[in-house]
Amino acid sequence: MSQRVTSDILRAGLRVLWVAIRTEPRVFAVAVVGSGLYAAATVGTAWVLGRITQNVVLPAFAAGRTTAGALGGAALVIVAVAVLKALGVAGRRFYAGLMQYRLQATYRRAVTRQYLELPLAWHHRHPTGQLLSNANADVEAIWAPIAPLPMAVGVVLMLFIAAAAILATDLLVALVGFLVFPAIAVLNVVYQRRLGPIAARAQQLRAEVSEVAHESFEGGLVIKTLGREQEETDRFATSARRLRDANVSVGKIRGLFDPVLEALPNLGVLAALLVGSIRLEHGAMTAGDLIQVTYLFTLLAWPIRALGWVLAETPRSVVGWDRVRGVLDARGSLPYGAAALTEPGPARLEVRDVRFGHAGGPPVLHDVGFVVEPGRTVAIVGPTGAGKSTLAGVLVRLVDPDSGAVLIDGVDARAAGRGEVPRVASLVAQETFLFDDTVRGNVTLGLDIPDEQVWTALRRAQADGFVTELPAGLDTRIGERGATLSGGQRQRLALARALVRRPRLLVLDDATSSVDPRVEARILRGLREAQATGSGSTVIVIAYRKATIALADEVVYMEHGRIVDQGTHAELLTRSAGYRHLVTAYERAESERAARPERPGRSGQAAGEAESVDAGEEAMAP
Amino acid sequence: MTTLTTATTIDEATARTEGALRTVRRGLALSPEFRAGLAGTMLLALIATVGRLVVPVAIQQTVDKGMRGAGSAGGAPDIGFIRNAVLICAVVVVITALSAYAMNVRLYRTTEAGLATLRITAFRHVHDLSMLTQSSERRGALVARVTSDVDQISQFMQWGGLMIIVSIGQLVVASVLMAIYSWPLALMVWLIFLPFAFGLRRLQRVISRAYTGVRERVGDMLAAISESVVGAAAIRAYGAEERTERRVDETVERYRKAQTRAQGLVAMTFPSSELIAAIAIAAVVVVGTLMGVAGHLSAGKLIAFMFLVTLFIGPMQVATEVLNEAQNAIAGWRRVLGVLDTTPDVADPGQDGVELPRGPTEVRFDDVSFAYPGDGGTVLHHVDLTIAPRSRIAIVGETGSGKTTFSKLLTRLMDPSSGRILIDGVPLRDVRFSSLRERVVMVPQDGFLFDATLAANVRYGRPSATDAELAAAFTELGLADWLNGLPRGLDTRVGQRGESLSAGERQLVALARAYIADPDLLVLDEATSAVDPATEVRIQRALDGLTRGRTAVTIAHRLSTAETADEVLVFDRGRIVQRGPHRALVAEPGVYQRLYASWSAHGGIA
Repeated sequence: MSQRVTSDILRAGLRVLWVAIRTEPRVFAVAVVGSGLYAAATVGTAWVLGRITQNVVLPAFAAGRTTAGALGGAALVIVAVAVLKALGVAGRRFYAGLMQYRLQATYRRAVTRQYLELPLAWHHRHPTGQLLSNANADVEAIWAPIAPLPMAVGVVLMLFIAAAAILATDLLVALVGFLVFPAIAVLNVVYQRRLGPIAARAQQLRAEVSEVAHESFEGGLVIKTLGREQEETDRFATSARRLRDANVSVGKIRGLFDPVLEALPNLGVLAALLVGSIRLEHGAMTAGDLIQVTYLFTLLAWPIRALGWVLAETPRSVVGWDRVRGVLDARGSLPYGAAALTEPGPARLEVRDVRFGHAGGPPVLHDVGFVVEPGRTVAIVGPTGAGKSTLAGVLVRLVDPDSGAVLIDGVDARAAGRGEVPRVASLVAQETFLFDDTVRGNVTLGLDIPDEQVWTALRRAQADGFVTELPAGLDTRIGERGATLSGGQRQRLALARALVRRPRLLVLDDATSSVDPRVEARILRGLREAQATGSGSTVIVIAYRKATIALADEVVYMEHGRIVDQGTHAELLTRSAGYRHLVTAYERAESERAARPERPGRSGQAAGEAESVDAGEEAMAP
Repeated sequence: MTTLTTATTIDEATARTEGALRTVRRGLALSPEFRAGLAGTMLLALIATVGRLVVPVAIQQTVDKGMRGAGSAGGAPDIGFIRNAVLICAVVVVITALSAYAMNVRLYRTTEAGLATLRITAFRHVHDLSMLTQSSERRGALVARVTSDVDQISQFMQWGGLMIIVSIGQLVVASVLMAIYSWPLALMVWLIFLPFAFGLRRLQRVISRAYTGVRERVGDMLAAISESVVGAAAIRAYGAEERTERRVDETVERYRKAQTRAQGLVAMTFPSSELIAAIAIAAVVVVGTLMGVAGHLSAGKLIAFMFLVTLFIGPMQVATEVLNEAQNAIAGWRRVLGVLDTTPDVADPGQDGVELPRGPTEVRFDDVSFAYPGDGGTVLHHVDLTIAPRSRIAIVGETGSGKTTFSKLLTRLMDPSSGRILIDGVPLRDVRFSSLRERVVMVPQDGFLFDATLAANVRYGRPSATDAELAAAFTELGLADWLNGLPRGLDTRVGQRGESLSAGERQLVALARAYIADPDLLVLDEATSAVDPATEVRIQRALDGLTRGRTAVTIAHRLSTAETADEVLVFDRGRIVQRGPHRALVAEPGVYQRLYASWSAHGGIA
C-alpha cells in the first residue's frame, strides 16, 4: 500500500466524508439539524437561566414575594428549552448512527459483491481472514468519523458566529486568540503525518490476526492430529502482540493529540485575556468587551473539540478506505459476452489449443485440444499433477485460458452471456464444498426446483437412501455445522447438485473417489442410460478406476499438462506405455505380490516404477 | 428447518444468564494487565478530570475578579491579578494536558496488553475444544470471537472504566456540596433523579440484550462472508452467485438492523437525562425561590446551588454514556466467555496424565460404542478388538459403516459413548496429549495445508526437521520425482488451503507431513484417495516397508491395501462383522467377499 503524504491524508479524508454525505444526504441533514438544535439549545439554556435569575429569582428575593405565574413560566421555559435540546441530541445520536450503519452495510455489500465477482486467481492470493477483515474492520474504520461528523458540522455555524463576534469586538485580541487556529492546523499536520503509517500498519495487523485465526481454525483437524496447538497459539500470539504494539503506538500519538487539542482553545482564551488586559490598561477596549470576548472564546472551544474528534479518526478512516478500495478496484472479473447457449440436448465441446498458467507461474496446460461430440463420454486420465483439474476448471470457465479457446456448441465460452455457462455445464469437483444450508438448499443452490426433481437427482446420484434416513430429510441442515456426513455421502450430494440442473455438459473431476465402486458403477450406468435416450449429458470424467475409464467412449491421456495420446481405452492400453503403466498399477502390484509372497523390503523407490509422478505444474503461487 | 443439535456446542448460556457485573468481573480477571499500575493511572485521571473542570471556572473567576468594579463603577481593572491568574491558569492547563497524555498512554498500554492476552487465551481454548465442538460453530463466527468481539471491549476499557469511577467521585462531591448549601433542595434533586436511575437500569438491560444481538449478527455475517470466499470455486461452478449474494445481504442487513436498534435505545437515554436535568433545575428555581421568599434561603446560596446542580448533571450524563459503552463491552465479553466457559469434552489430562514411552504400540477396544450427541443415532456398536504391536490393519466397509468414527476414536479426536480404549494397557483418556499426539498420528482424507511453502507444511509434522530430512521423507515415500518436478521444490508455495496444488498433490504433502512426525501408530483415513494408481502403489509399497516397526491402521478405499495388510477389519453398519487376513476373508462368504467382487469388477483389477 502506498504511503500518503500528509496533505493527501486530509484531502483523502475529506473526500471520504464527502462520499458519505453524498450517499446519505438526508440522514446527514437530519443529524446536522439535530446537532445544531442541540448546540443552540445549550447556549440558550445558559442564557435562559441568566434571564430567569435576573428577572424572576432576584426580584422575588428582593420583594419577599413572587407569583405562581412567574415561577411557573420560568419552569416552563427551562423545560421547553430542554425539550429542544433533547430532540437535538436524540436526533443527532440516532441519525449519525443510522448514517454510519447504512454506509457500513452499503460498503459491506459492495465488498462481498466483489468477492463473488473476482476470479479464483484473485482469491488464491488473498487469505480468507484478510477478506473478512476488509469487510468488517476496514469498513468500520472508514466510517468511524461519521459518528462525530454531524456534531462538527452542526457547530461549525457556532464557530463562525463566535469568531465574527470576536472580530467585531476587538481586532487585536481576536488575532492573538485566533493564533489557536494555525496551532491546531500544525498539530493536525503533525498528527496525520505521524499517525498515517502507524494506523495503516495497525489495520494490516488487524487483518493478519484475523488471517491467522481463520486459517488455524480451518486447519483444526490437522493441528489436533499432530498435536500442534501450542505452536499455533504461539503463531497467533505473535500476531496478536504485534497488533497490540501497533495499537499502543497509535495510542501514544492519539493520547497526545486529544489533550493538546483540548488545551489549545483554553490557551487561546488566556492569551486573549492577557492581551485584552493590556488593551484595557491602555483604554483601547472596555471591560465589558473583554468579558464578552472571553465568553465567546469559550464557545469556540466546543466546535474545535468536535472537529478534533473527526480529525482524530481521519487517518484510520483513510487507511480503511485504501484497503477497501483495493478490493473494490480489483480488476479481472471474467468478462461476459451476449451469446446464449440454447441448443437442446447434450452439448458439443471443443477445446482448441488451450494454454494456461496460474498467474506468474509457468504454464500448466500446453496446447491442449480435443473435441467431444454431443452425448459422448470422454475420460481424462493422467498422473497426479498432470493438470487434469486445471483443465476441468477451464472447461466450465472457472478460469479463462491464456490462449486458445473452449467452445460449447461452437460458441466461445467467453462470448456466452453471464450465467450461461453454469446453466449449461456443471462441474463436480474433487473436494466437495457444502454450504451452510439444508440438503435441499445444497442441491438447488437458490434455484426454484420442486422437491420431486430434487429427489430424482438424489436418486440418480444414489443419495436418496441416506437422505431419507436423515432426521429431517431434505430439511436437515448440513454444511459447516449440522449433520455429519461421510466423504462418500458428501460427494453424492455434490453430484445431485449437478444433476438437478440437467447439465448438457457434465464434468466429473474424480468426483466419486470416496463412493463405493458398486455405487459408482450404478451412478455411471445411470448417466449412460440417460445418454442413450438423448436426454443426458455430454460427460467428461476424470478418473483413475479402470472400470470408470472403461465406460468412456474415448480416453484423453495427459502428462505434464500435455495430451500425450487419445483414443479408446483398448487402443491406449496397447499403444501408450505411460497410460498402461498408470491404469494397470494395481494388477501389476498384485501379480508381483503373487510372484513374491514375501512382503517387499524397505523400498523407497521401488525398482521398475519407471514413470515419474508428474511435476506439479499447478504448484505456483505468485 | 431442523438442526442436528449436539450437546457439544459453545456454552453461551452461562455468560448470558449471569449478572452484568459478574460478567465484567470475570472478564477483567482474564486480563490481569488491566490492573497493572491502576492506582497511578487513577491519580492521573483524577488530575486530568479536576483540571478539565477547574480550568473554565478559573478563567471565569479571573475575568470576574479582575474586572470587579471595572464594569459599572468605572474603577480600574486589576491588571496585575489578571496576569498572575492567567499564568497560573496556563500552568494548570499544561498540567492537565500532560496528565491526560500520561493517563492515555498508560491506559492504551494496559488495555491493549490485556486484550491481547484475552485473544490468545480464547484462541488457545478454541483449539482445546473437541472437533465436534469446533464444528458446531461456523469458522467465520469463531474468528469473530477472537477478533471483533474482543475489539468491542477496548473502547470501554480505554475510556469508560475510568470515567465511571471519576463520575461517581464527581457525583459524590457535588451531592455533598449541594447538601451543605441546602439539604432539602439536595434531597429533592436526588428524588427527581431516582426514578431516572431506576429507569436507566431497566433500559440498560434492554440495551445489553440489543448489543448481544449485534455481536451475534456480526458472527453470522462473518460466517456468511467466509462461506462466500472459501466456497468461491463451488459458487462459480454452479452460478450460485445470486443465492450467495442474497445470503450475505441478509446477514449484512440483519447486522445493520441490530446496530440501528441498539443505537435507537442508546439515543433514548440522552434526551431522558436532558429532560430530567431540566425538571430538576426548574424545580430548584421554583422551590428555591419559594424558600427564599419564606426566608429560608439567601439569593447567593440559590445561585450557587444552581451551579452545583449542573456539576451534578454532568457526571450523570457521562455515566449514562459509559454505561451504554459498558453494555457493548459486556456483549463482547459474553462472546469470548462463551468460548472459555465451554469445557472441552475431550480433555487433555495434562500433568496428571501418563507419558507413554515410545515403541511399538498395542491398541485395545473394550466394548466401545459411539453415538453422536443429539439424535445422531449410534454409529459404532460394541467394538471389541486388539491391534497387536507392529501389525498392519486395513479397515474396509461401505461409506457410512463407521470406519472414520473408528479412526477418530482411535486417535482420540472423540471419546466413546461407552466402553474404553487402551493404548499399551493405558486408557486413552489418561494419556497426556503431548505424548499421545507424538505417538499416534492420523492422516485425514482432506489434508489441509497452510498458506506457506511445501517445506513449512511438511515441517509442521516435526518442527525440528532439517531440509535434508524433509527431502529424505519425500524420497523414502517414493515421491522424489514429484518433488523435483516442482519449479521451486520444497520452496514452492502451496497457496490458500494448499489450493495451488491438486487434491492428489495435497494428499502427498499431508502424507509426508505425517511421515516426518514419525509416530508409533499411523492411522491413514483414505489418505491417498485422490492419488493416481501408480503413485499410490509406490507409496503403499514404501509404507509397507516403513511401517514394519510401527503399528499402522489404514482405512482402505481400494482393496489393494487390504490385500497386503496383516489383518482386515470389515465394518458393516457400525459393527465389525469380519476380521482376518485377506486370503481367508476372500474365501469365506460375507461382506468382504461381496466388496472384493465389486472392487474387482468395477475398481482396479479388470
